[in-house]
Formats: sequence, structure tokens, C-alpha cells
Amino acid sequence: MKFDHTHFRQALLRTPFHDRFVELSTTEEWMAWNTYKVPRVVDKLPTEYFAVRSGCAVMDLTPMEKYRISGRGARDYLDRLVTRDISKLKAGRVTYVVWCNDEGKVIDDGTVFQLGENDYRLCAQHHQFDWLLMSARGFDVDIQVETHDVAALAVQGPTSWSVLAAAGISNLEQLKPFGIADLRCGDIPVTVSRTGYTGDLGYELWMDPANALQVWDAIFSVQGQYDIHAMGLSALEMVRIEAGFIMPGFDFNTAEATIRNGYDRSPFEVGLGWVVNLDKGHFTGRKALLAEKSRPAKRRLTKIVVDGNKPVGEAFIYDGKNGKQTGEIKCATWSPILKANLALADIEFINGRLPAQLWARIDYQRELKWHSAWAECHSHSKPFYVPEYRSATPPMRY
Amino acid sequence: MTERIDVIIIGAGHNGLVCAAYLAHAGMKVLCLESADSAGGMSASRSISDDYHFPGLAHVAHPLSRAIRQDLKLDKFGYTPGKAIDTVSLDVDGKHLTIGSTGVSGEGLPARDMSAYAEFRERYLAFAKAVRPLFENKPPRLKDMDFPDKTALVRLGWNLRMGLGRESMYEFLRVAAINIYDVLNEAFEDDRLKGAIATDAVMGSAMGPRTPGTVLTWLQRLYGEQSGPLSMQSGQLVNALTQSAEHAGAKLRFGAHVEKILIENGKAFGVELAGGEMLKARIIISNADPRATLTSLVGAPQLDAMFANRVAQIRGSGVVAKLHLALSGKPEFTGLPESQLGDRLLVAPSMKYIEHAFNHSKYNECSGSPVLEITIPSLHDNSLAPDSHHVMSVNVAFVPYELEGGWAEQQSTIAYKVISQLGQYSPNLKSLVVDHEFLTPRDIEAEFHAVHGHWHHGELSIHQSFMMRPLHGAAQYDTPVDGLFLCGAGCHPGGGLTGLPGRNAARRVLGPGGAK
Ligand SMILES: Cc1cc2nc3c(=O)[nH]c(=O)nc-3n(C[C@H](O)[C@H](O)[C@H](O)COP(=O)(O)OP(=O)(O)OC[C@H]3O[C@@H](n4cnc5c(N)ncnc54)[C@H](O)[C@@H]3O)c2cc1C
Repeated sequence: MKFDHTHFRQALLRTPFHDRFVELSTTEEWMAWNTYKVPRVVDKLPTEYFAVRSGCAVMDLTPMEKYRISGRGARDYLDRLVTRDISKLKAGRVTYVVWCNDEGKVIDDGTVFQLGENDYRLCAQHHQFDWLLMSARGFDVDIQVETHDVAALAVQGPTSWSVLAAAGISNLEQLKPFGIADLRCGDIPVTVSRTGYTGDLGYELWMDPANALQVWDAIFSVQGQYDIHAMGLSALEMVRIEAGFIMPGFDFNTAEATIRNGYDRSPFEVGLGWVVNLDKGHFTGRKALLAEKSRPAKRRLTKIVVDGNKPVGEAFIYDGKNGKQTGEIKCATWSPILKANLALADIEFINGRLPAQLWARIDYQRELKWHSAWAECHSHSKPFYVPEYRSATPPMRY
Repeated sequence: MTERIDVIIIGAGHNGLVCAAYLAHAGMKVLCLESADSAGGMSASRSISDDYHFPGLAHVAHPLSRAIRQDLKLDKFGYTPGKAIDTVSLDVDGKHLTIGSTGVSGEGLPARDMSAYAEFRERYLAFAKAVRPLFENKPPRLKDMDFPDKTALVRLGWNLRMGLGRESMYEFLRVAAINIYDVLNEAFEDDRLKGAIATDAVMGSAMGPRTPGTVLTWLQRLYGEQSGPLSMQSGQLVNALTQSAEHAGAKLRFGAHVEKILIENGKAFGVELAGGEMLKARIIISNADPRATLTSLVGAPQLDAMFANRVAQIRGSGVVAKLHLALSGKPEFTGLPESQLGDRLLVAPSMKYIEHAFNHSKYNECSGSPVLEITIPSLHDNSLAPDSHHVMSVNVAFVPYELEGGWAEQQSTIAYKVISQLGQYSPNLKSLVVDHEFLTPRDIEAEFHAVHGHWHHGELSIHQSFMMRPLHGAAQYDTPVDGLFLCGAGCHPGGGLTGLPGRNAARRVLGPGGAK
């Protein structure tokens, strides 16, 4: 690992793109993400949000936990690790996965990139090395931490393909959603995947940290032609809720960090039943999930639209106005593009079903004085925002 | 023409046989697959050449419980509890101590110890009796108890409180977790006496008298006392079990080594033998070591990750070796009357001696002064050796699995050292030895497939006992693999010739959620 072991001298690590963010930051709003210092907001939140939805936003993904998993047993290993059947994944493709502990409770979610034969990259929200090593017993695999050795940028938004093409990354037009391609940006090698956490058209660029600034500069060199903005994690939070993506560790407690009985969640309970394949052979947590499936569902992380426009922060959910408490909001955002209050709420089921009515009790301030109001909520099964253009291949040219 | 098989039992150790017999008696079609050429596992008799025959690794035992004998009609198949033998704590100067089921006697024994022994024995037999509901049933789970779990716990509580009385219950709770060293020092003065009792507490475990939990291991041994006194183990037990099982329709197949348990969608459906033959059954029960069963036969990929790691962490490295001697005549022990030669002879002159022998094994060394448990089986059955010849069986502790410098180079030197050690007590022995066999834990592993050659198929420590035996997530004879159960010494209540794991496992399979 080419990792600088004097890192402890700095409270937070700097990513290879850090200098550029420092130059652009007007807010100086930084936050910690997996031991790295990243911007919460670079300049203005609305600008960064609208860059994703109507232009092009660039975000630093380097702090994402990355693991290289290789060896003869790599595929079997991953298949036993995650709940999804990945036996049909092909080289050059990415898939979304979630993994559980023995009790069938979610440890984390992430993406598996098949880079070549017996060669995979697993990206995760949280540090997973110990769990990955523990899962390796009995498999012929090699697992390396790549987090600090691969710089990563998310380039997202309707014009992202046009931006990348103008910045000198050619041969990108045929890349399908969840595809991976080894390309060049000028003469710098970059691996590009058509993936993202925004629900919009978008790409993720993976490169040697030594080349990071050159790639960044190539992208921002076309800023005159396109509306390109560096983006922080606050805008990401808005768009990921619109896109219906969940965030383990924030929307629910991850299994390995849970102490209190019943505070962890199964994939079914967080709405990820669609990535659980109970017929694919053994995987960690299968037996527990099979048992859970045979019982009526107890709860579900549910997408809801909250009536009105009062900011929904942390609120309880009730089964009626002045009714019984039946859940709580885990994350919420005002969606500028949909003009609606969107939220993910952990809701207890009644007899295996979502309560017929859902009401949120919203506490909000007016000039530092607290008020309380009832707002009806409506559950939503699909992602809130799905622009049709996001999956077109080739993407629309701007 | 293949016949339907309901149950495949992997291994025909005595527990596999007990389990097979119970299930066959209950009407199930049982096939027992044994890798060796005969039944019995660690209790199978064995020979040196055609002339000298030995009872097996397990050479002394208490009778099987009356319940098992009756359920399996063992008496009808020739099983009779053997003649009681005493235990002699040998003294190098010939001042031996005799411990019988009625009392203790010997030159130089303090009178106080004599009366204290009777009291002590009574108290600990009561303790052993109090924990009976725990031994004879599946250990209750801590979570999601079913009705039998609750009754077993209630009966345990009842036995402890009402059976023992308040004072004794407090005493039980006090000693249960401490070591036999402290307990024996409180009770006795005589080193030979303390050495002999401590030997029973630690023999078979990687524990010295000062290791916590050695009171429990001793109770586990003492438990057998309830069905009768210690006697020589003979082939009778294995024969009777085999006949009982076969009579009820169970089939035994030898030279059949299982390589793999076949699993589909989390359910075991058969086994694959060395050579590739596949056999199918609804239920698979393993008499093999739980570690070997889960790691090699099932394999980590078929298990949840955390569970697979716990399996790998099961502790248990064998520390007892077996020395078999073919003798051209009857050995004499200094100061021991001939009438006592057929007893169980111990070389464990003090607890300090045992602790020292144990200490060496911690560092992968073999003490020059090992603890020895000696029997001369041919004195009980003269067909075991040619006329006027004899066989001697010795359990040697503490012999490490891994020996500093390697076993290959040192095995015969160490066997020779043990024989020299015996020579200190029996001066004519060396001249009588015509042949010998020395099985180290490594050899025992290779021959009996018990991981690291462990007596109990896994250490009988508190954290690997009761509802945590062999490990959390696979107690009560269950495994995470549907249709796969465990029935060997690695299960509750552990090793020795009790047949209890085999019987409890059969009851588990026949109980709710088992055979269906
Ligand atoms: C040196 C030594 C001395 C001992 N002395 C005594 C004593 O004096 N008194 C006493 O009470 N206890 C003694 N014990 C302990 C006692 O022998 C055991 O605890 C007991 O015999 C275990 O019985 P079991 O049926 O559970 O297992 P085992 O007897 O070990 O039987 C398991 C059987 O399964 C078979 N098997 C394993 N894997 C496979 C496979 N993959 N395919 C097919 N077959 C397989 C083995 O070949 C074996 O026959 C001694 C142990 C040792 C090691």
C-alpha cells in the first residue's frame, strides 16, 4: 500500500483533490468523511443542487472505502458475502449490493465492480476490512484496501457526458448504465463507470492519485462551455433522497455498530428485499432472512411525501392525526425540482402492513420560536425522481 | 437396488452407535459410515501383532446409564458392567494409597483425610447428581426456550436448591467456577490423595489443577459414578451397541470415509465418500469432531461468516497420548501387592507434579515426569495376551500435539522416557517389554479424525460447555445446516464413555422439528 503513514499528524486526511476545493470554497464548510476532510458546501447549496439536476456537478469520492478482491475464489467469496446473486456479473459491469451479518442484519451497502477475471472492486460506505477478512475464511481470495490508492470523482448531471467528452475523455458514448470502461483523459488513464448516487445521468472516474489534479483541471477547463460546479455532501444528501437511495449508518444503524437489541435492520426492513436472493446458494445471513421472510413484516424504511412545505427535520410518524406513534423520519429534504417534502421514514407495520394513514408531527421554528403542526404523509414505492434521459445510451448531447 | 435411507451417521464411535441404535429402534432406516475397519472409535479395541490386544484409547470407564442399557437392551446383547476396580496413587518409595468406592487407605495417610474423604465424596456425588438434569438432557437454550428446556432448567434449579439444601447449594456455586487445586487443598493434606483426585479433574483436558473450571471437569467425570463404579473397558460395550443397532435394522459400513456433506439450499441431503460415491438421506448426523464436521465436511462457504470464525476458534488440542506395551511376563510394582495389580494405577504423586507436567505442554514440551494412568487389562481377561504374557495400557499426560523440534525425530525417545518413568515404579518392567505402540495426539488425530487428537473432541472448558457446547449457534446437537446434527463427544455433556451425546442427539432428532 502506498499509504503515507504519517497521516496521524493531521486530524483529517486531504484527498488528492483537496487543493482545488480549498481554492473554490467560499463557505469553508468542511466535514469528515471516512477520515478525510471534504466540503459540506463549497459555495452555494442551491447552485450545487441544480448543477446535478440541470448541469454538471463534480464531487470528490475518494473517501469511499474501496477494496480490491482477487484470486480464484473471488467470485464465490463475493457471492457468499452479499445477498444478491452476482454469479452472472460480467467483467466491465457494476452491481449494487448489500451484505449482512449472521443474523441477517445489514452491515453496509455498496457496489461491486468486476474489473476483470477474478478481479473485483468493492466500494462501501463504511470501513469493512475486518468483516471482509473475517468472511474470507475458507476462500482462496486476496483482499487489499484500496481506499487511499485510488482517487475517485463523481461527475453527475444531464450534461456530464458532454462535459467529459469535451474534457478529452472519448469513447464514452456507448457506455451503458452500470458499465465500466478503461479510457484516457488526454493521455492519462482513467477508469470510468456509469454509476452514481444522484439518480441522474452520471459517471464515476477512478484514477491514480498522482494524476488526480490533471483530470480535475481537464474537466474544469471546459467550464466556459458548460455550467460545472464542485459539489459538497449537502447537495448529495438532497439528490440521493430524491433518487430514493438509502444511507446505511444514517437512515438506520448498521449491524456491526448496533448495541441495543432490535436497533439493527434487515435488508427487507430497509426496502432492499429486491437485492436478496434466497435461492442462489448460501450467503451470510441467508438462514435468518429466510426465517424473517416467513413471518409478517414488522417494519419498513418507507419513502414518503409529506404534505405542505414546512421543513421536515426529525419527526415522529403517527398512524393518524393525534394517533399512535408508529415510526420516525430518518432523513428528509425539500425537493426543489419536485416542489415537495420528501423523506425516508422507519415505520412499524400493523399486522404485516403499512398503517393505512401516516401523519408526521413537525416541529419547526419561526423566528426562534418553536411551533408544532400535523402533516399527512403519503407512501411512495418508486424513487421520487427518475429523469428519463438518465439511462439513454448514447446520452443526450448538449 | 438402493434402499431408502432416512439417516446417515458419520462415524461409528460409541456415540454414533448409541445414536444409530436409538434411531433404528425408533423405526428409522439408519446407515452408519465408519472410516476405520471396525466400530468403536476411541473405544475400539486394537492389537499389536496377532497376539496382544488392548481395550482401546479409553481403557477404564463407568458403566453406561441404566436408561441407555434398558432402552437399547444392551444386557441382552452381552453387556455387563465390569468388575469394580480401585484406584492406586503410586508412591515412588512404595507407600501407595488406595482409593476405592468406599474409602481411602494407605500408609502415612492422616486420619483426618480419611474421614474428610468420605464427607468430600458424598458432597461431590450430590453435586454430580444435582447437575444430572443438565447432563442427561439437551442443554437448555438461553433464548427461545422450548418446554423441555424450561423443565430441564427448573429441575436443575430444584435439584440444586432442594436436593442439595441451602448450604450445599452455596458451596456448589462457590466451587463451580474455581479450580480443583484450591478445593482439594481446603479439604486434604495428603499429596497422593490430592494428586489422584486432581488427575481425574484434568486428564483429557489442557488444564492443570490450578486452571479454573477444573471442578466442573471433575464433576463431569464423577457423573459416571452414579451408574456404577469404574471398571475396565472391554470390547463388550462396542459389541453390544453394534448388535443392538444392527438388530434394530441399522446398517454399518466400514472403510467408508466421508469427505463431504452434500448441501443444497441450506439443507444437508447426503454425503460423498472418499472415492466419490454419493449417498443420500434426509438426516445426517456426525459423530466426528464438530470442528472437522463443520470446517472440512461442510466447509466455511456453506456457513455464515461469523459462525465459521467461531468454529475456527473452538479450543481443544489433545494432551493425552497412549502407550501400549506388550509384555513377556507380569510386571511387579514396588510395594504393591499382586492383588492390586489389576487396579487403576496412577503416577500423580502431588498436584504440584501434575501442574509441572501440564506447564511443559503449554510450551510444546513433553515433561520428563508425565502423569500416568496405568492398567493391565490382561489380568482381567487372559485372552488378551499369550499364556503368561501381559498387555499394559497407559494414558500419558501432558503430551502436546505440537512438539518443539517435531514429533518425527522424538517420538521413540519420548516413548522410551515414559517406559523409564514407569520403571521407577516397576523395576522389572523394562526387561519385559517385547513390543510397544505410542500414539501421540497427532497420531490420534490422523487415525480417529478428532482435531488435534482431543479426548473430548474440543476442550471441556466453561465457555465450551452446556448450551455453548460445541459452540454458540450449534448447541443442542443442531447445526446451522438444516438436517445436519452432531452426536459425538464434542457435544454436551462431552467425552468419555457415557453414550449421552449419542442418546441426547437421537432424542433431538426424534423430537419436534427434528426428523420431520
Ligand atoms: C488417549 C485417550 C485416552 C482416553 N481414555 C479414556 C478412558 O480411559 N476412559 C474414558 O472414559 N474415556 C477416555 N478417552 C475419551 C474417550 O475415548 C472419548 O471421549 C470417546 O471415546 C468419544 O466417543 P465418540 O463416539 O464421541 O467419538 P470417537 O470415539 O472419536 O468416534 C468417532 C468416530 O467417527 C469416525 N469418523 C470421524 N470422521 C469420519 C469421517 N469423515 N468419515 C467416517 N468416519 C469418521 C472415527 O473414525 C471414529 O470412529 C480417551 C481419549 C483419548 C484420546
